[in-house]
Amino acid sequence: MELVLVTNKPLDTQAIIKSVESPDGGAVNVFIGTVRNATKGKAVLKLEFEAYEPMATKELTKIVKRAKSKWPILKVVVHHRTGVMQIGEVPVVIAVATAHRGAGFEACQFIIDTLKETVPIWKKEFFKDGEVWVAAHP
Amino acid sequence: MITIKLFGITREIVGQPILELAEPIDTVGQLKDFMMITYPKIKALNSLLIAVNSEYAQDEQLLTSTDEIALIPPVSGG
Repeated sequence: MELVLVTNKPLDTQAIIKSVESPDGGAVNVFIGTVRNATKGKAVLKLEFEAYEPMATKELTKIVKRAKSKWPILKVVVHHRTGVMQIGEVPVVIAVATAHRGAGFEACQFIIDTLKETVPIWKKEFFKDGEVWVAAHP
Repeated sequence: MITIKLFGITREIVGQPILELAEPIDTVGQLKDFMMITYPKIKALNSLLIAVNSEYAQDEQLLTSTDEIALIPPVSGG
């Protein structure tokens, strides 16, 4: 199991969770991003994600390193999928194993929040009447 | 000559995934200015960053023909 992965294949959420389990862990905190059927009240048909893959992997690795320096993380896995995804499909899974739950919640939130700010991945929303790159314009 | 990788909305604005520029562009800041002047739609974006060899680069950084250069429009992963 790659600790950090950007892939165009479906993510195996169960395998990711399983891979961070460890005997000294007291908590596995998991964030699963899913494709939502609407944005600001407007129906979304599907999403498409595009990545600058080598840099995205590099930036995700930096985020994991920063998280490990801030919290006592036992194991952490971050996978992001690219390509077209339908409603309910999973573009991102983050699993963090820690001895205690507090650090796990905080680390997991830090990883997803920072991912959204720095990792070169782009999301396009498709509507009935057009398509929009998310966050591109004010 | 420098080669620029394009993604997301900047790829669509320019109309191709790779752009080769023979203009005298020496720095990241000059490249940003050139792209915004040549493609006004890029100027309308929330932000524009440049990556050099897959690291975010400051405006003063020098560019060479062997660098891997990419335009990074506002990211929206997750």
